[in-house]
Amino acid sequence: MARNLHDVAIVGAYHTEQAKRLDVAEPALLLDAMRGGLASAGLTAAEVDGVNASTWVSGIHAREAVQWLGGHPCWTGTGSPGIEAVLEAASAIASGQCDTVLIAAAQSGEYQDHSATVSWTRPSNEFVECWGLYTAAEFALIAQRHMHVYGTKPEALAEVAAAIRSNGARNPEAVMFGREVTPEDVLASRMVATPFHLFDCCINSEGGASLVLTTSERARDLDADPVYLLGGGMDRQGMSYTAAPLFDLHGRVGERAGKRAFSQAGLTPAAVDVAEIYDPFSFEVIRQLEVMGFCGYGEGGDFVMDGRIRTGGELPVATNGGLLSYSHAGLAQMLQKVTNSVRQLRGELPDALTVPDAKVALATNGGAGALFCDALLLGKEPA
Amino acid sequence: MTIPLPRKTPVSAPHWEACQDGRLLVQRCTTCDQLVFIPRPGCTRCLTETLEWTESSGLGTVYSYTVVHRPQRPEFEAPYVVAIIALDEGWHMLTNLVDIAPDDVSIGLAVEVAFRVMSDEITLPYFRPRASA
Repeated sequence: MARNLHDVAIVGAYHTEQAKRLDVAEPALLLDAMRGGLASAGLTAAEVDGVNASTWVSGIHAREAVQWLGGHPCWTGTGSPGIEAVLEAASAIASGQCDTVLIAAAQSGEYQDHSATVSWTRPSNEFVECWGLYTAAEFALIAQRHMHVYGTKPEALAEVAAAIRSNGARNPEAVMFGREVTPEDVLASRMVATPFHLFDCCINSEGGASLVLTTSERARDLDADPVYLLGGGMDRQGMSYTAAPLFDLHGRVGERAGKRAFSQAGLTPAAVDVAEIYDPFSFEVIRQLEVMGFCGYGEGGDFVMDGRIRTGGELPVATNGGLLSYSHAGLAQMLQKVTNSVRQLRGELPDALTVPDAKVALATNGGAGALFCDALLLGKEPA
Repeated sequence: MTIPLPRKTPVSAPHWEACQDGRLLVQRCTTCDQLVFIPRPGCTRCLTETLEWTESSGLGTVYSYTVVHRPQRPEFEAPYVVAIIALDEGWHMLTNLVDIAPDDVSIGLAVEVAFRVMSDEITLPYFRPRASA
Protein backbone atom coordinates (compact mmCIF):
# COMPACT_ATOMS: atom_id res chain seq x y z
CA MET A 1 0.00 0.00 0.00
CA ALA A 2 1.53 3.29 -1.08
CA ARG A 3 1.75 5.97 1.60
CA ASN A 4 2.79 9.59 1.50
CA LEU A 5 3.67 12.28 4.01
CA HIS A 6 -0.01 12.87 4.76
CA ASP A 7 -0.35 9.30 5.98
CA VAL A 8 2.02 9.99 8.88
CA ALA A 9 0.98 11.16 12.34
CA ILE A 10 2.76 12.14 15.54
CA VAL A 11 1.28 10.19 18.43
CA GLY A 12 3.80 10.87 21.18
CA ALA A 13 5.44 14.10 22.34
CA TYR A 14 7.39 14.49 25.56
CA HIS A 15 10.10 16.49 27.18
CA THR A 16 12.14 15.78 30.27
CA GLU A 17 12.79 18.24 33.05
CA GLN A 18 14.82 21.20 31.79
CA ALA A 19 17.25 23.16 33.94
CA LYS A 20 20.35 25.32 33.71
CA ARG A 21 22.21 22.28 35.01
CA LEU A 22 20.61 18.88 35.53
CA ASP A 23 22.03 16.42 37.99
CA VAL A 24 21.19 13.55 35.63
CA ALA A 25 23.66 11.66 33.45
CA GLU A 26 22.95 11.77 29.73
CA PRO A 27 22.08 8.07 29.30
CA ALA A 28 19.48 8.31 32.08
CA LEU A 29 18.11 11.50 30.58
CA LEU A 30 17.82 9.84 27.17
CA LEU A 31 16.05 6.86 28.71
CA ASP A 32 13.64 9.26 30.44
CA ALA A 33 12.93 10.91 27.06
CA MET A 34 12.42 7.53 25.35
CA ARG A 35 10.07 6.21 28.06
CA GLY A 36 8.12 9.49 28.12
CA GLY A 37 7.61 9.52 24.36
CA LEU A 38 6.37 5.95 24.35
CA ALA A 39 4.02 6.60 27.29
CA SER A 40 2.65 9.67 25.53
CA ALA A 41 1.91 7.45 22.51
CA GLY A 42 0.54 4.56 24.54
CA LEU A 43 3.16 2.24 23.04
CA THR A 44 5.78 -0.18 24.35
CA ALA A 45 9.39 -0.61 23.21
CA ALA A 46 8.42 -3.81 21.41
CA GLU A 47 6.06 -1.87 19.15
CA VAL A 48 8.77 0.46 17.82
CA ASP A 49 10.40 -0.60 14.54
CA GLY A 50 12.37 2.57 13.86
CA VAL A 51 14.56 4.73 16.08
CA ASN A 52 16.65 7.89 16.01
CA ALA A 53 17.95 8.58 19.50
CA SER A 54 21.10 10.47 20.40
CA THR A 55 22.98 12.37 23.08
CA TRP A 56 25.09 15.49 22.65
CA VAL A 57 28.11 14.92 24.89
CA SER A 58 28.37 11.15 25.31
CA GLY A 59 27.67 10.39 21.65
CA ILE A 60 24.97 7.74 22.02
CA HIS A 61 23.40 7.15 18.62
CA ALA A 62 20.58 5.24 16.96
CA ARG A 63 22.44 1.98 16.34
CA GLU A 64 23.08 1.69 20.08
CA ALA A 65 19.51 2.73 20.89
CA VAL A 66 18.26 -0.25 18.88
CA GLN A 67 19.72 -2.49 21.58
CA TRP A 68 18.27 -0.30 24.33
CA LEU A 69 14.90 -1.03 22.72
CA GLY A 70 15.49 -4.77 22.90
CA GLY A 71 16.47 -5.07 19.27
CA HIS A 72 12.99 -4.38 17.95
CA PRO A 73 13.75 -1.53 15.53
CA CYS A 74 14.85 -2.49 12.01
CA TRP A 75 15.27 1.12 10.82
CA THR A 76 17.66 3.72 12.23
CA GLY A 77 17.65 7.42 11.47
CA THR A 78 20.70 9.66 11.45
CA GLY A 79 19.01 13.03 10.97
CA SER A 80 19.92 15.65 13.54
CA PRO A 81 17.28 15.90 16.28
CA GLY A 82 14.59 18.29 15.13
CA ILE A 83 12.61 18.83 11.95
CA GLU A 84 15.39 17.12 9.98
CA ALA A 85 14.87 13.92 12.00
CA VAL A 86 11.07 14.19 11.79
CA LEU A 87 11.10 14.53 8.00
CA GLU A 88 13.57 11.65 7.71
CA ALA A 89 11.43 9.40 9.89
CA ALA A 90 8.25 10.43 8.10
CA SER A 91 9.89 9.62 4.76
CA ALA A 92 10.90 6.20 6.09
CA ILE A 93 7.35 5.51 7.21
CA ALA A 94 5.88 6.88 3.95
CA SER A 95 8.19 4.69 1.88
CA GLY A 96 7.35 1.60 3.91
CA GLN A 97 10.76 1.13 5.59
CA CYS A 98 9.11 1.01 9.01
CA ASP A 99 5.83 1.90 10.69
CA THR A 100 6.55 3.45 14.09
CA VAL A 101 9.57 5.62 14.87
CA LEU A 102 10.81 6.89 18.22
CA ILE A 103 12.92 10.07 18.01
CA ALA A 104 14.70 11.18 21.17
CA ALA A 105 17.54 13.48 22.17
CA ALA A 106 19.12 14.53 25.46
CA GLN A 107 21.96 16.70 26.66
CA SER A 108 23.54 17.19 30.08
CA GLY A 109 27.02 17.63 31.49
CA GLU A 110 28.26 19.94 28.75
CA TYR A 111 28.91 23.18 30.56
CA GLN A 112 32.15 23.32 32.49
CA ASP A 113 34.03 26.43 31.42
CA HIS A 114 32.49 29.72 32.54
CA SER A 115 35.37 31.93 31.47
CA ALA A 116 34.24 31.88 27.85
CA THR A 117 31.10 31.66 25.77
CA VAL A 118 29.43 28.24 25.72
CA SER A 119 31.68 25.78 23.90
CA TRP A 120 29.23 24.82 21.17
CA THR A 121 28.75 28.47 20.22
CA ARG A 122 32.46 28.86 19.47
CA PRO A 123 33.50 28.19 15.87
CA SER A 124 36.62 26.24 14.94
CA ASN A 125 36.94 27.33 11.33
CA GLU A 126 40.27 28.99 10.53
CA PHE A 127 38.55 32.00 8.90
CA VAL A 128 36.11 32.59 11.76
CA GLU A 129 37.55 31.67 15.14
CA CYS A 130 40.45 34.15 15.10
CA TRP A 131 38.05 37.07 14.67
CA GLY A 132 36.31 36.36 17.95
CA LEU A 133 32.99 35.28 16.51
CA TYR A 134 30.51 32.97 18.19
CA THR A 135 26.87 32.23 17.51
CA ALA A 136 25.52 35.56 18.78
CA ALA A 137 27.98 37.50 16.60
CA GLU A 138 27.07 35.42 13.51
CA PHE A 139 23.36 36.17 13.95
CA ALA A 140 24.14 39.80 14.83
CA LEU A 141 25.83 40.31 11.44
CA ILE A 142 22.57 39.28 9.72
CA ALA A 143 20.43 41.39 12.06
CA GLN A 144 22.55 44.53 11.63
CA ARG A 145 22.26 44.32 7.87
CA HIS A 146 18.48 43.80 8.05
CA MET A 147 18.22 46.84 10.34
CA HIS A 148 20.37 48.84 7.90
CA VAL A 149 18.39 47.82 4.81
CA TYR A 150 14.86 47.94 6.25
CA GLY A 151 15.15 50.25 9.25
CA THR A 152 14.13 47.49 11.67
CA LYS A 153 14.21 48.99 15.17
CA PRO A 154 15.81 47.72 18.39
CA GLU A 155 12.36 48.16 19.99
CA ALA A 156 10.99 45.45 17.69
CA LEU A 157 13.73 43.03 18.77
CA ALA A 158 13.00 43.90 22.40
CA GLU A 159 9.28 43.22 21.93
CA VAL A 160 10.04 39.76 20.48
CA ALA A 161 12.33 38.89 23.39
CA ALA A 162 9.84 40.20 25.96
CA ALA A 163 6.85 38.44 24.36
CA ILE A 164 8.59 35.06 24.31
CA ARG A 165 10.17 35.47 27.73
CA SER A 166 6.73 36.40 29.08
CA ASN A 167 5.47 33.01 27.85
CA GLY A 168 8.30 31.27 29.67
CA ALA A 169 7.63 33.29 32.80
CA ARG A 170 4.13 31.76 32.87
CA ASN A 171 5.27 28.21 32.04
CA PRO A 172 6.10 26.23 35.19
CA GLU A 173 8.19 23.86 33.03
CA ALA A 174 10.40 26.67 31.70
CA VAL A 175 13.90 27.19 33.02
CA MET A 176 13.11 30.91 33.44
CA PHE A 177 9.67 30.37 35.00
CA GLY A 178 8.59 33.41 36.99
CA ARG A 179 11.08 35.72 35.26
CA GLU A 180 8.78 38.27 33.58
CA VAL A 181 10.68 40.59 31.23
CA THR A 182 9.47 43.81 29.59
CA PRO A 183 10.81 45.36 26.38
CA GLU A 184 12.39 48.05 28.56
CA ASP A 185 14.19 45.32 30.54
CA VAL A 186 15.55 43.88 27.29
CA LEU A 187 16.90 47.24 26.13
CA ALA A 188 18.39 47.88 29.58
CA SER A 189 20.15 44.49 29.79
CA ARG A 190 23.87 44.47 29.08
CA MET A 191 25.07 44.44 25.49
CA VAL A 192 26.43 41.11 24.19
CA ALA A 193 27.04 41.81 20.50
CA THR A 194 25.25 44.74 18.86
CA PRO A 195 22.31 44.81 18.33
CA PHE A 196 21.79 41.95 20.82
CA HIS A 197 21.38 42.69 24.50
CA LEU A 198 21.59 39.82 26.97
CA PHE A 199 17.83 39.23 26.94
CA ASP A 200 17.80 39.12 23.11
CA CYS A 201 19.90 35.94 23.38
CA CYS A 202 18.70 32.45 24.22
CA ILE A 203 19.64 30.77 27.46
CA ASN A 204 21.74 27.63 27.67
CA SER A 205 20.39 24.71 29.63
CA GLU A 206 20.06 20.94 29.74
CA GLY A 207 17.26 18.49 29.00
CA GLY A 208 15.76 16.05 26.56
CA ALA A 209 12.73 15.55 24.34
CA SER A 210 11.10 12.86 22.24
CA LEU A 211 8.49 12.21 19.56
CA VAL A 212 6.77 9.10 18.24
CA LEU A 213 5.65 8.95 14.63
CA THR A 214 3.48 6.27 13.06
CA THR A 215 1.02 5.77 10.22
CA SER A 216 -2.28 7.65 10.41
CA GLU A 217 -3.99 4.28 10.15
CA ARG A 218 -2.14 2.93 13.18
CA ALA A 219 -2.71 6.22 15.03
CA ARG A 220 -6.46 5.71 14.90
CA ASP A 221 -6.10 2.47 16.86
CA LEU A 222 -3.97 3.98 19.63
CA ASP A 223 -5.08 5.52 22.88
CA ALA A 224 -3.33 8.77 21.93
CA ASP A 225 -4.44 12.06 20.42
CA PRO A 226 -2.75 12.14 17.00
CA VAL A 227 -1.38 15.21 15.26
CA TYR A 228 -0.94 14.96 11.50
CA LEU A 229 1.95 15.93 9.26
CA LEU A 230 0.69 18.46 6.72
CA GLY A 231 3.96 19.50 5.10
CA GLY A 232 7.63 20.11 5.65
CA GLY A 233 10.77 21.36 4.00
CA MET A 234 14.42 22.14 4.50
CA ASP A 235 16.60 25.02 3.35
CA ARG A 236 20.28 24.24 3.72
CA GLN A 237 22.82 26.80 2.52
CA GLY A 238 26.11 25.44 3.80
CA MET A 239 28.18 24.72 6.87
CA SER A 240 27.33 26.90 9.84
CA TYR A 241 30.01 29.30 11.05
CA THR A 242 32.53 28.94 8.21
CA ALA A 243 31.95 31.50 5.45
CA ALA A 244 30.72 34.99 6.32
CA PRO A 245 26.95 35.13 7.00
CA LEU A 246 26.08 37.44 4.11
CA PHE A 247 22.57 38.86 4.31
CA ASP A 248 22.31 39.14 0.51
CA LEU A 249 23.04 35.40 0.15
CA HIS A 250 21.50 33.93 3.29
CA GLY A 251 19.05 36.52 4.60
CA ARG A 252 16.10 34.61 3.15
CA VAL A 253 17.13 31.13 4.25
CA GLY A 254 14.00 29.19 5.16
CA GLU A 255 11.91 30.62 2.33
CA ARG A 256 12.34 27.43 0.30
CA ALA A 257 11.44 25.30 3.34
CA GLY A 258 8.29 27.31 4.06
CA LYS A 259 7.14 27.28 0.45
CA ARG A 260 7.46 23.51 0.25
CA ALA A 261 5.69 23.00 3.56
CA PHE A 262 2.74 25.25 2.70
CA SER A 263 2.51 23.84 -0.81
CA GLN A 264 2.32 20.25 0.49
CA ALA A 265 -0.25 21.29 3.07
CA GLY A 266 -2.35 23.20 0.55
CA LEU A 267 -2.39 26.06 3.05
CA THR A 268 -1.25 29.67 3.30
CA PRO A 269 0.32 31.29 6.36
CA ALA A 270 -3.13 32.70 7.23
CA ALA A 271 -4.14 29.17 8.27
CA VAL A 272 -1.49 28.96 11.02
CA ASP A 273 -2.90 29.31 14.54
CA VAL A 274 0.37 29.01 16.46
CA ALA A 275 3.97 29.47 15.28
CA GLU A 276 6.70 27.68 17.21
CA ILE A 277 9.40 29.76 15.52
CA TYR A 278 13.00 28.93 16.36
CA ASP A 279 14.23 31.76 18.56
CA PRO A 280 17.97 31.61 19.27
CA PHE A 281 17.94 35.42 19.14
CA SER A 282 15.03 37.86 19.11
CA PHE A 283 15.80 39.14 15.62
CA GLU A 284 15.65 35.67 14.08
CA VAL A 285 11.91 35.52 14.81
CA ILE A 286 11.36 38.73 12.83
CA ARG A 287 13.33 37.31 9.91
CA GLN A 288 11.54 33.97 9.95
CA LEU A 289 8.09 35.57 10.07
CA GLU A 290 9.11 37.25 6.81
CA VAL A 291 10.57 34.19 5.07
CA MET A 292 7.64 31.98 6.13
CA GLY A 293 5.31 34.49 4.47
CA PHE A 294 3.43 35.95 7.45
CA CYS A 295 4.44 39.42 6.24
CA GLY A 296 6.50 40.98 3.48
CA TYR A 297 10.29 41.37 3.49
CA GLY A 298 11.25 44.25 5.73
CA GLU A 299 7.86 44.22 7.48
CA GLY A 300 8.77 41.79 10.28
CA GLY A 301 9.73 44.57 12.67
CA ASP A 302 6.29 46.17 12.43
CA PHE A 303 4.51 42.79 12.37
CA VAL A 304 5.69 41.78 15.85
CA MET A 305 4.43 44.95 17.54
CA ASP A 306 1.10 45.65 19.27
CA GLY A 307 0.88 42.24 20.91
CA ARG A 308 0.43 40.36 17.67
CA ILE A 309 2.85 37.53 18.55
CA ARG A 310 1.90 37.31 22.25
CA THR A 311 -0.49 34.70 23.59
CA GLY A 312 -3.95 36.04 22.87
CA GLY A 313 -2.59 37.86 19.81
CA GLU A 314 -3.16 37.12 16.15
CA LEU A 315 -0.17 34.76 15.85
CA PRO A 316 1.24 33.48 19.15
CA VAL A 317 4.94 32.63 18.80
CA ALA A 318 7.19 30.30 20.86
CA THR A 319 4.39 29.68 23.31
CA ASN A 320 6.36 27.59 25.81
CA GLY A 321 8.94 30.34 26.21
CA GLY A 322 11.17 29.07 23.45
CA LEU A 323 14.94 29.01 23.49
CA LEU A 324 14.92 32.43 25.15
CA SER A 325 13.21 31.23 28.33
CA TYR A 326 12.00 27.62 28.20
CA SER A 327 15.21 25.77 27.29
CA HIS A 328 18.09 25.44 24.85
CA ALA A 329 19.55 21.99 25.45
CA GLY A 330 22.19 20.98 22.90
CA LEU A 331 19.96 19.95 20.03
CA ALA A 332 16.89 18.81 21.98
CA GLN A 333 15.51 22.35 21.64
CA MET A 334 15.07 21.70 17.92
CA LEU A 335 12.83 18.74 18.73
CA GLN A 336 11.06 20.84 21.35
CA LYS A 337 9.74 23.16 18.63
CA VAL A 338 7.90 20.11 17.31
CA THR A 339 6.91 18.67 20.69
CA ASN A 340 5.45 22.01 21.75
CA SER A 341 3.51 22.27 18.48
CA VAL A 342 2.04 18.84 19.18
CA ARG A 343 1.24 19.76 22.77
CA GLN A 344 -0.49 22.98 21.64
CA LEU A 345 -2.66 21.09 19.17
CA ARG A 346 -3.43 18.51 21.87
CA GLY A 347 -4.27 21.23 24.38
CA GLU A 348 -1.63 20.05 26.86
CA LEU A 349 -0.11 23.43 27.79
CA PRO A 350 -1.00 25.49 30.87
CA ASP A 351 -4.23 27.47 30.30
CA ALA A 352 -2.41 30.81 30.24
CA LEU A 353 -0.33 29.64 27.26
CA THR A 354 -2.92 27.60 25.38
CA VAL A 355 -3.97 28.91 21.99
CA PRO A 356 -7.71 28.16 22.04
CA ASP A 357 -8.98 25.85 19.33
CA ALA A 358 -5.59 25.71 17.56
CA LYS A 359 -5.83 23.51 14.45
CA VAL A 360 -2.62 24.24 12.55
CA ALA A 361 0.87 24.75 13.98
CA LEU A 362 4.11 25.75 12.29
CA ALA A 363 7.44 24.67 13.78
CA THR A 364 10.80 25.93 12.52
CA ASN A 365 14.45 25.15 13.25
CA GLY A 366 17.68 26.98 12.53
CA GLY A 367 18.37 30.51 11.39
CA ALA A 368 20.24 32.76 9.01
CA GLY A 369 23.38 33.00 11.14
CA ALA A 370 23.67 29.20 10.92
CA LEU A 371 22.87 29.02 7.17
CA PHE A 372 19.92 26.63 7.53
CA CYS A 373 16.22 26.90 8.31
CA ASP A 374 13.67 24.09 8.22
CA ALA A 375 9.87 24.16 8.51
CA LEU A 376 7.15 21.70 9.54
CA LEU A 377 3.37 22.13 9.44
CA LEU A 378 1.23 20.04 11.76
CA GLY A 379 -2.56 19.75 11.92
CA LYS A 380 -5.15 18.56 14.40
CA GLU A 381 -6.95 17.16 11.37
CA PRO A 382 -5.29 15.23 8.51
CA ALA A 383 -4.52 17.06 5.24
CA MET B 1 47.63 33.73 26.30
CA THR B 2 46.88 34.70 22.74
CA ILE B 3 43.71 34.51 20.69
CA PRO B 4 43.19 31.21 18.82
CA LEU B 5 45.14 31.41 15.57
CA PRO B 6 44.24 29.74 12.27
CA ARG B 7 45.44 26.18 11.71
CA LYS B 8 46.11 26.24 8.00
CA THR B 9 45.15 23.40 5.69
CA PRO B 10 46.64 22.37 2.33
CA VAL B 11 43.83 24.30 0.64
CA SER B 12 44.20 27.48 2.69
CA ALA B 13 47.98 27.58 3.17
CA PRO B 14 48.73 29.87 0.19
CA HIS B 15 46.32 32.46 1.60
CA TRP B 16 47.99 32.51 5.02
CA GLU B 17 51.52 32.42 3.61
CA ALA B 18 50.78 35.43 1.40
CA CYS B 19 49.52 37.34 4.45
CA GLN B 20 53.05 37.00 5.85
CA ASP B 21 54.27 38.87 2.74
CA GLY B 22 51.61 41.56 3.17
CA ARG B 23 49.45 40.32 0.29
CA LEU B 24 45.73 39.41 0.47
CA LEU B 25 44.99 36.49 -1.86
CA VAL B 26 41.64 35.14 -3.04
CA GLN B 27 40.92 32.19 -5.34
CA ARG B 28 39.76 32.95 -8.89
CA CYS B 29 38.44 30.38 -11.36
CA THR B 30 40.33 30.55 -14.66
CA THR B 31 37.41 28.81 -16.39
CA CYS B 32 34.49 31.01 -15.32
CA ASP B 33 36.10 33.95 -13.45
CA GLN B 34 34.25 33.23 -10.19
CA LEU B 35 35.98 34.54 -7.06
CA VAL B 36 35.99 31.92 -4.27
CA PHE B 37 36.41 32.64 -0.55
CA ILE B 38 36.78 30.96 1.92
CA PRO B 39 39.31 28.75 0.05
CA ARG B 40 37.78 25.65 -1.52
CA PRO B 41 39.10 22.69 -3.53
CA GLY B 42 36.95 23.59 -6.55
CA CYS B 43 35.03 26.43 -8.17
CA THR B 44 31.68 27.00 -6.47
CA ARG B 45 30.04 27.90 -9.80
CA CYS B 46 31.45 25.51 -12.43
CA LEU B 47 32.99 22.83 -10.15
CA THR B 48 36.28 22.80 -12.03
CA GLU B 49 39.53 22.62 -10.12
CA THR B 50 40.96 25.45 -12.20
CA LEU B 51 41.40 27.84 -9.31
CA GLU B 52 44.36 30.17 -9.12
CA TRP B 53 45.36 32.62 -6.39
CA THR B 54 44.96 36.25 -7.30
CA GLU B 55 45.92 39.32 -5.28
CA SER B 56 43.19 41.55 -3.91
CA SER B 57 43.57 45.31 -3.61
CA GLY B 58 42.70 44.90 0.07
CA LEU B 59 40.27 47.80 -0.36
CA GLY B 60 36.60 47.53 0.44
CA THR B 61 33.68 48.74 2.52
CA VAL B 62 31.97 47.50 5.69
CA TYR B 63 29.07 45.27 4.61
CA SER B 64 27.89 44.48 8.15
CA TYR B 65 29.42 44.56 11.61
CA THR B 66 28.79 43.85 15.27
CA VAL B 67 30.46 45.37 18.30
CA VAL B 68 31.19 42.43 20.57
CA HIS B 69 31.04 43.21 24.28
CA ARG B 70 30.98 39.62 25.59
CA PRO B 71 34.21 38.15 24.20
CA GLN B 72 34.34 34.69 22.64
CA ARG B 73 37.22 33.93 25.02
CA PRO B 74 38.96 36.04 27.68
CA GLU B 75 41.93 36.44 25.30
CA PHE B 76 39.88 38.79 23.13
CA GLU B 77 39.87 42.34 24.46
CA ALA B 78 36.28 43.62 24.44
CA PRO B 79 34.73 45.57 22.97
CA TYR B 80 35.98 44.56 19.54
CA VAL B 81 34.42 45.01 16.12
CA VAL B 82 33.65 41.96 13.98
CA ALA B 83 32.92 42.93 10.39
CA ILE B 84 32.13 41.51 6.99
CA ILE B 85 34.08 43.43 4.35
CA ALA B 86 32.82 43.76 0.78
CA LEU B 87 36.10 43.82 -1.16
CA ASP B 88 36.24 46.04 -4.24
CA GLU B 89 36.75 42.97 -6.48
CA GLY B 90 33.34 41.60 -5.43
CA TRP B 91 34.09 39.10 -2.69
CA HIS B 92 33.51 39.16 1.08
CA MET B 93 35.47 38.18 4.16
CA LEU B 94 35.19 38.23 7.94
CA THR B 95 37.68 40.31 9.90
CA ASN B 96 38.07 42.68 12.85
CA LEU B 97 38.21 46.45 12.44
CA VAL B 98 41.12 48.21 14.14
CA ASP B 99 42.25 51.83 14.57
CA ILE B 100 38.66 53.02 14.98
CA ALA B 101 36.35 53.56 17.95
CA PRO B 102 33.41 51.11 17.86
CA ASP B 103 30.92 53.99 17.94
CA ASP B 104 32.43 55.41 14.75
CA VAL B 105 31.86 52.28 12.66
CA SER B 106 29.02 52.28 10.15
CA ILE B 107 27.92 50.12 7.24
CA GLY B 108 29.48 51.43 4.05
CA LEU B 109 32.65 52.73 5.74
CA ALA B 110 35.65 52.60 3.37
CA VAL B 111 38.37 50.33 4.75
CA GLU B 112 41.73 48.81 3.83
CA VAL B 113 43.58 45.71 4.93
CA ALA B 114 46.03 46.11 7.83
CA PHE B 115 48.24 43.08 8.45
CA ARG B 116 49.35 42.20 11.97
CA VAL B 117 52.01 39.62 12.75
CA MET B 118 50.59 37.23 15.35
CA SER B 119 53.22 34.46 15.34
CA ASP B 120 56.05 33.04 13.23
CA GLU B 121 53.40 31.21 11.20
CA ILE B 122 50.41 33.54 11.15
CA THR B 123 49.85 37.13 10.08
CA LEU B 124 46.21 38.18 10.24
CA PRO B 125 44.45 40.52 7.78
CA TYR B 126 42.66 43.08 9.97
CA PHE B 127 40.98 46.10 8.38
CA ARG B 128 41.12 49.81 9.29
CA PRO B 129 39.53 52.99 7.91
CA ARG B 130 41.07 53.91 4.56
CA ALA B 131 43.79 56.54 4.93
CA SER B 132 42.21 58.70 2.23
CA ALA B 133 38.69 58.28 3.62
